Amino acid sequence: MKKIQLIAITLFAITMVAFVSSLFISGFQVSNETISSHLDSKGMKSEILKERLLNEVAGVEFSNSFSATGKIRSVFIESNAIHEANVAEHRSNKAWDKSNDERQNIAKGNYRDFAYDLMKPSGNGHVHENKGLWLFLTFGLASIASLIFILINLKVLGPAGIKNTGIYFENNTSKGWIAWVTFSFLVLFYIGLYFFPSVIINWTYIVDPVKDVFGGGGASQWFLYGLLYCTAMSIMGIRMIVKYRHNKYQIVRTISVVFFQVVFAFLLVEILPMFGLPGVDLKSAWPLDYDFLFDWNVTNLLANGHFGKFVFVWGISLSLVIIPVMVYFYGKRWYCSWVCGCGGLAETLGDPYRQHSDKTVKAWKFERYIIHFVLLFAVFMTIWTGYTSYQQVYHPDMDYNDKVTLLGISSDTIRSWYGFLIGSIFSGVIGTGFYPIFGNRVWCRFGCPLAAYMGLVQRFKSRFRITTNGGQCISCGNCSTYCEQGIDVRAYAQKGQNIVRSSCVGCGVCAAVCPRGVLKLENGPEFNRISPDNPIVLGNEAFTLNSDITDR
Amino acid sequence: MQEHIVIIGNGISGVTCARHIRKRSDSKITIISGETKHFFSRTALMYVYMGHMKFEHTKPYEDHFWEKNRIDLVHGFVEDISYGTKTLKIRSGEDVSYDKLVLAVGSKPNKFGWTGQDLPGVQGLYSYQDLELLEQNTHPYGTPENKQRVKRAVIVGGGLIGVELAEMLVTRNIKVTFLVRENKFWGNVLPKGEGELVKRHIIEHHIDLKLESELDVIHAGEDGKVSHIMTKSGERIDCELVGLTAGVSPNVEFLKGGDLALQRGIIINQYFETNQKGVYAIGDCAQFDEPVVGRRNMEQVWYTGRIMGETLAATLCGEKTKYNPGHWFNSAKFFDIEYQTYGWVFANNSEGEKSFYWEHEKGKMCMHFVYEESTGKFLGLNTFGIRMRHEVINDQLNHERSIDYVISHLADANFDPEFYTLHEPEIVAAFNSQTKYKVQLKKKSWKRILRLSK
Repeated sequence: MKKIQLIAITLFAITMVAFVSSLFISGFQVSNETISSHLDSKGMKSEILKERLLNEVAGVEFSNSFSATGKIRSVFIESNAIHEANVAEHRSNKAWDKSNDERQNIAKGNYRDFAYDLMKPSGNGHVHENKGLWLFLTFGLASIASLIFILINLKVLGPAGIKNTGIYFENNTSKGWIAWVTFSFLVLFYIGLYFFPSVIINWTYIVDPVKDVFGGGGASQWFLYGLLYCTAMSIMGIRMIVKYRHNKYQIVRTISVVFFQVVFAFLLVEILPMFGLPGVDLKSAWPLDYDFLFDWNVTNLLANGHFGKFVFVWGISLSLVIIPVMVYFYGKRWYCSWVCGCGGLAETLGDPYRQHSDKTVKAWKFERYIIHFVLLFAVFMTIWTGYTSYQQVYHPDMDYNDKVTLLGISSDTIRSWYGFLIGSIFSGVIGTGFYPIFGNRVWCRFGCPLAAYMGLVQRFKSRFRITTNGGQCISCGNCSTYCEQGIDVRAYAQKGQNIVRSSCVGCGVCAAVCPRGVLKLENGPEFNRISPDNPIVLGNEAFTLNSDITDR
Repeated sequence: MQEHIVIIGNGISGVTCARHIRKRSDSKITIISGETKHFFSRTALMYVYMGHMKFEHTKPYEDHFWEKNRIDLVHGFVEDISYGTKTLKIRSGEDVSYDKLVLAVGSKPNKFGWTGQDLPGVQGLYSYQDLELLEQNTHPYGTPENKQRVKRAVIVGGGLIGVELAEMLVTRNIKVTFLVRENKFWGNVLPKGEGELVKRHIIEHHIDLKLESELDVIHAGEDGKVSHIMTKSGERIDCELVGLTAGVSPNVEFLKGGDLALQRGIIINQYFETNQKGVYAIGDCAQFDEPVVGRRNMEQVWYTGRIMGETLAATLCGEKTKYNPGHWFNSAKFFDIEYQTYGWVFANNSEGEKSFYWEHEKGKMCMHFVYEESTGKFLGLNTFGIRMRHEVINDQLNHERSIDYVISHLADANFDPEFYTLHEPEIVAAFNSQTKYKVQLKKKSWKRILRLSK
């Protein structure tokens, strides 16, 4: 059995090597037509850019995405530099008309998306010509190998129960080199995904055949990400169910979170556009969904008839009504560990790393500062972008600068900083990339503005708590060790106090790993939900402290 | 001048006592321990060996806690105590003088004079040092089969530590033979049904469980290490490790020969006072001259250690308080099966007691209720595989509820995670068919659980 597992792991490693090497073994040749039509469609007027692209890029056989991206980058940047220099010169000559004309030649946007758009239709080579084969070699074989490994665990791990044996000895789960390799892969993946999509274009070819199911048109890097996300969550979700097969709470929760990811964040997003509707993730809620009030989203929704308007109203009611009401009744777990995609990945792919969260009081203090800072940042950004959207809808003819400027600050600036710092670096690169080192909930604990918002409700007005079972705690520390949110659960349990921390996402693992049945996640009356600071734990009759409560 | 309270031992008893003294007073507090510098959870040592946690994780308080709470820590062994001058001699350090002294020195594994009991490769499991020794005596986690130092281990004594040691060794792929003197597992504590259930589960984990087997002699090989043991029935078992887990006894060796009254443990009264003025003893090492009614004179479990610490702290801070533990409770885990007990369920019912026993069809869960036959008064409960709410059961015991009340309110008492299958209807049906009672299961009521109504 263990031998088969070893073979499965080796096979998985080979598929990962294949996946990474696919980036290097397939080239690009951009055609004249691609360049001309793309420049036209984007309204890029620069003759210099066009000429240089046609001379230096068109027809050239690039051996991989890196060299192609590099060339397009230098052409794009140098062309813009020439036009900018010209603008400056015209301005110094006070030739305002010429300056304005020349300004039109400066290409908007960044070279990364530009390179992606030119390269996506221009692939050739083995990966591009054998998409189906590569899909099988990577996604297919990796899934099969993982499933074999996971299902054999049903036998290898023995009877159902908590099986955390070796977590602090195994290389991957105790920050050994495998963890560092995984960390590097994830970080580089996110950097590629967010900042250099043209570099990972071969990966999008691999998933093109899947995109064809949803109407084709070529997979974007976001389609690739979505498919990878769903695959990882489904397979690691099965692992979670195998691991906790004695625990129905974990089984139900895992099925729920995988369901919401696959159906709402992926399938519906892909299927709705096939019917001419906007592909929206209906479960994604502001302020996690920070671009909800961006002008492009609002105008897009309002332009999409009844469905678009429904989505707009749904989004607002989700954030302002449904979420606080649900958090009142069930705690923020209903979202964070039952519905949310970020939480879903953390609970499945990230589960092997949950023990790495920092439990110190220091980390808790840091958490409270930074997560509420992000919430404030999100609120301010939304006010600014909301202002812009309002003007866009009601005063479309207003000057662009006036639309984006409120109190002298540009909403474009705020939102691009937010998108860069919070949306990309924090939630992606750090939030997921750092799983193997800092644990699986870094984003949810320190960065998610929605978690901060729900946390405030959970802490002060909710029926949810983790009940501590009288005097049964033996301070062993399993609960704290396996709390992905870095809550020192034991600190409460050994004092006989309920846990009502704002950061608790209700994953239920503390209760599962407790060897003495001390913890229970439950929703109940608010009375005594927050335990009094009772120094004497149940079981000692020598004292009658807090008699008003114990005698009731 | 501040009063100086010195506590020897930083286990749960001593540390709980120190914390509660600090809550109540400004006395100078010093905890002396030779075992480790910082308090850790003894019950969690097994998880360190199995790789569930690192030793760091077994510390219930961060290291800065002690300074913040002005509790001085001295890492060293006490060699001698002079009760007259109120000073302690520490093996490698300065003398310490005290105004009040708390002995919370714990216990050590029993050794019953077996031949070979001190050979290399023979050990108990109690202290941090025992864990270190076990690491030395066995091979690291993940060692390939042909390089494993220990192929088979023999564990002597069928109690909680024995089953923990078995679970630990199995994670290093060591085959385990488990010698148990009684004819059922943990026979002096568990009734027959529960003993059978645990026995089945131990065997399910491939432990070679030998009931009614006693250790006779431990033999060494040519290298001077353990090579095999002989049982009293003459069976030879080859092994490279012997775990002695036949209970523990107070760690009072170093106190012998002084003026302190000792028997098996340190003799104390209901206020934890020893025969020496200003000297107290709590936890595993303490032996009551007169036990609390219905309880043993030595209580060596986590919870009683904690309760003693809480109680003594009050006395030391001027509020003289008797040891008055509430209803007995305890818990443990046998591999994958959790166990809780509330009130008294003995291996054999006493005169006038009656049992109601229910077991799930798969044989991994059971409940055993004991009540007075004549009055129906509920006396205690063993539960395996189903968690119970301590507060609810404690309240039922306090109010001397009858067995039919307890059974009909099982839903209040259930503490299993959400979505778990509830077995209460089945238990109630079994109760009605086995006894003269006819009860109906009441729906779970938060009002009752929180004692907002009767």
